Amino acid sequence: MAKVSVTVNGEKYDVPDVEPRMLLSDFLRDRLGLTGTHVGCEHGVCGACTVLVNGDSARSCLMLAVQTNGAEIVTVEGLGSPEELNELQAQFREHHGLQCGFCTPGMVMTGEDLLRKYPLATDEDIREGLSGNLCRCTGYQNIVAAIRSAAARRTEKAS
Amino acid sequence: MKPAQFDYVSPSTVDAAVEALVASNGEGKVLAGGQSLLPLLNFRMARPTVLVDLNGIEGLSYIEDRGDRIAIGALTRHRELEHSSLIASKLPVMSAAMRRVAHLAIRNRGTIGGSLSHADPAAELPMLATFYGAGISVQGQSGRRTIAPGEFFVDALTNCLEPEEIVVEVEFPILKQDGWAFEEVARRFGDFALASIAVSVRRGTTGLEAARVAVMGVADTPLRLREAEEELVAMELDDGTPDRFSEIVVSLVSPNDDLHASADYRKHLLAQLAKRALRTALAMKG
Ligand SMILES: Cc1cc2nc3c(=O)[nH]c(=O)nc-3n(C[C@H](O)[C@H](O)[C@H](O)COP(=O)(O)OP(=O)(O)OC[C@H]3O[C@@H](n4cnc5c(N)ncnc54)[C@H](O)[C@@H]3O)c2cc1C
Ligand code: FES
Ligand code: FES
Repeated sequence: MAKVSVTVNGEKYDVPDVEPRMLLSDFLRDRLGLTGTHVGCEHGVCGACTVLVNGDSARSCLMLAVQTNGAEIVTVEGLGSPEELNELQAQFREHHGLQCGFCTPGMVMTGEDLLRKYPLATDEDIREGLSGNLCRCTGYQNIVAAIRSAAARRTEKAS
Repeated sequence: MKPAQFDYVSPSTVDAAVEALVASNGEGKVLAGGQSLLPLLNFRMARPTVLVDLNGIEGLSYIEDRGDRIAIGALTRHRELEHSSLIASKLPVMSAAMRRVAHLAIRNRGTIGGSLSHADPAAELPMLATFYGAGISVQGQSGRRTIAPGEFFVDALTNCLEPEEIVVEVEFPILKQDGWAFEEVARRFGDFALASIAVSVRRGTTGLEAARVAVMGVADTPLRLREAEEELVAMELDDGTPDRFSEIVVSLVSPNDDLHASADYRKHLLAQLAKRALRTALAMKG
């Protein structure tokens, strides 16, 4: 059993008695009660469990909690609040980029990292960037629209 | 809990990691990016007793210019290769291929050492190592040795390493080339390839002086097609060259049917990709 010291959404946690085999996704949900991170396939394919680890998007089902000692993690709960959504979340609402919402945390966390790392000049680029996240409801159109809009706003701000 | 129980160690040197593997009597496994190993653990298809995490070892992540070669540390993430300007200028075929490796979140974690060791027959980095004729340096109980890709990739998902050996570095020779191309078809962007080819050509006074050809997705390991290289160099360059080249490439492979595609379909794809790749490579002004 190990102790895991990790910062999640700006808050520091020292969690004792963590089994080495505990996945980061289960750690976030079951030990920290942060159930915004969803778990679909648990083998890296669906993207629902995507979080930011030290600023980079990662599948939380493909990391062990013990590997995150000293790391900074951001989950969907860390982006905005129901009263005050962050920019990208607001675009998801604006463009109706979700239906059941199961895939949404992963879509938003992936979108955050895509917006930081790629120009996302075309819809093709956005679709390519989202190719690792599955949605069974929306048909993706409105998710792409939400990210397109966030990318345009980012460009406006920068200029 | 998804995975079966294991002990976890996070050594700070390669020597200590090798020792931990030796102590596990063949029951231990190295953990790098975890993007192939964690799915296997979650399915309990792999049940190591000890996981030896390489992520705490300093100095295993780098991209270094060594004149006629580029050296890449085993823990270098796919994303770093994708965005490296050194790779873009010296190993352009690799640079073009990296976008096709999985998805951003997976490229953020996956490593070159892990991808080569996992030896998926439809993965880009094993194919690139084969294409460039890379030297794969591994460290074990009796020191270091360097292995050629043809020896390293034994079969689908099987490499030639001893249980306690760890890949530490991969060296890629810089090709003298005037034109190149990388072509791949996958079911979705970022999925494993159904078929793929890399081509590089160097012009001579007449025709080509040298050529390099490698394929993947059409055999149990990536393949370098030396026969196709020789025939291409011997060929007259005219409008029919890409077609003749494509026929030769396809005649050299015998893929199997599987869940994702029939053998005939893979051959059909490879034929089209071979034509397209050679046309692109020949059209480049080197
Ligand atoms: C949804 C999904 C899609 C993917 N799509 C693609 C794709 O299109 N193309 C592609 O190429 N890959 C793809 N991958 C795989 C990804 O690239 C992996 O990162 C890579 O194959 C393994 O690298 P890793 O560092 O994550 O290795 P790990 O998962 O940590 O390890 C893999 C294996 O290699 C061994 N190992 C790791 N490092 C070393 C070392 N230094 N020395 C000796 N043994 C070692 C481990 O013990 C294990 O057996 C995909 C993965 C997922 C989950
Ligand atoms: S639950 Fe992690 S990718 Fe599906
Ligand atoms: S909104 Fe239901 S899975 Fe995407």
